[in-house]
Amino acid sequence: MNYNWNWAVLLESPYLGWLAGGAVLTVQIALSAWCIAFGLGLLLGVCRTLPLRAARLAAAAYVEVFRNIPLLVQMFFWYFVLPEILPRAAGDWIKRDMPDPEFATAVLALGLYTASRVAEQVRSGIQAIRPGLPQAAYASGMRTAQVYRHVLLPIALRTVIPPVTSEFLTIFKNSSLALTIGVLELTAQSQQITEYTFQGFEAFTAATVLYVAIALVVTVAMHQVERRLRIPGVSGTGG
Amino acid sequence: MQGLDFSVVADARPFLLQGMGLSLTLTLLAIAGGMVLGTLLALARLSGRAPLALAAAGYVNLVRSVPLILVIFWFYFLVPLAIGRPVGGFYSALIAFVIFEAAYYGEIIRAGIQSVPRGQVQAGLASGLRYWQIQRLVVLPQALRNMLPVLVTQGIVLFQDTSLVFVVSLHDFMTSSVIIAQNKGRLVEMYLFAAGVYFAICFAGSLLVKRLARRAAA
Repeated sequence: MNYNWNWAVLLESPYLGWLAGGAVLTVQIALSAWCIAFGLGLLLGVCRTLPLRAARLAAAAYVEVFRNIPLLVQMFFWYFVLPEILPRAAGDWIKRDMPDPEFATAVLALGLYTASRVAEQVRSGIQAIRPGLPQAAYASGMRTAQVYRHVLLPIALRTVIPPVTSEFLTIFKNSSLALTIGVLELTAQSQQITEYTFQGFEAFTAATVLYVAIALVVTVAMHQVERRLRIPGVSGTGG
Repeated sequence: MQGLDFSVVADARPFLLQGMGLSLTLTLLAIAGGMVLGTLLALARLSGRAPLALAAAGYVNLVRSVPLILVIFWFYFLVPLAIGRPVGGFYSALIAFVIFEAAYYGEIIRAGIQSVPRGQVQAGLASGLRYWQIQRLVVLPQALRNMLPVLVTQGIVLFQDTSLVFVVSLHDFMTSSVIIAQNKGRLVEMYLFAAGVYFAICFAGSLLVKRLARRAAA
């Protein structure tokens, strides 16, 4: 194998800046998309367990559609198709005047996709609760909203921390798909450095190390969250 | 917006079918390779030998913390360098998928093996079987049956993931759809069509998973 090593290339200008900028963008995309994914996922997960049939069906349809179409197709749909099928004025605004359309589209696509996966975790967290608990809550006069707010969600949200953490980790990795619509996040920057310098080993190693670092930080942070929120005496987190 | 015209799909049928052929081939080969390597990883992690278990755990944790696209780029760059001549995108992509999916299959298979009661292994040892015989004849057949629904689910995820070979311009179903969309200026029709095809296949797969899971529970 014939290869000229040059690790110093990573510290040269502009490549160091590219990597740093890419890493920042990766984190920004992932965290913004997570806000959509967690909020919407929570709502959908609750809807799937409600006594209301229409709500259950609508949420189930959302989950099936968004889970069974590749994220790349969804990314292209929001980026290329949405501006065409919206009313003309709105489509033109997206194409001409919307600030940073690639970033916004990536966040939207990633958030809506991940929401379907979070929803499944929330649903199974709620369904894993013994039926006696909500029954007792109803029997003591609580309404559905109160049962969710005071009984079901406080328990379910704790038990789903480990699987939801894994979705949270996945959103950082999936943010790399933003490069397909031209967002220069971490993976795209490492690929770009490879094209400019032919130092693929160094560039991809740098990206790999940064992704591993992100995963480590997220894992440790979520462990802390899990520990802080644990209810003493309830072994809900043991899984 | 003008009316939709799906005749573009019919005109490009051979090209799209070829793309789907590549997607399915890549999926099946990656499942096969990923499961073989994944089984070895799972056995290594459960072997009780510290260096082996640590190495396997390190592999799984490393691969699971990086994006698939980065792994595809890695091997698109590495494979020609290692072999010394260009080999085409397909083999690089296949190796990337096997390496990547093995980490996920390894974890599924490890859970499956752990679901087989310890007594089965002990009974195997007591009746004089060796380690590989116990794995092959006693543990793995039962483990595979327990984890079949999860394995199929991972297969569906893998099929969706093959669309990512778009980043190295390999002509799978997704890339073929994109090419037609751009050449014919029919983005809306082609992306709706691609979404519909992926949905039909993956939704059918998820119904199969539900049936398998019900049968496993019964």
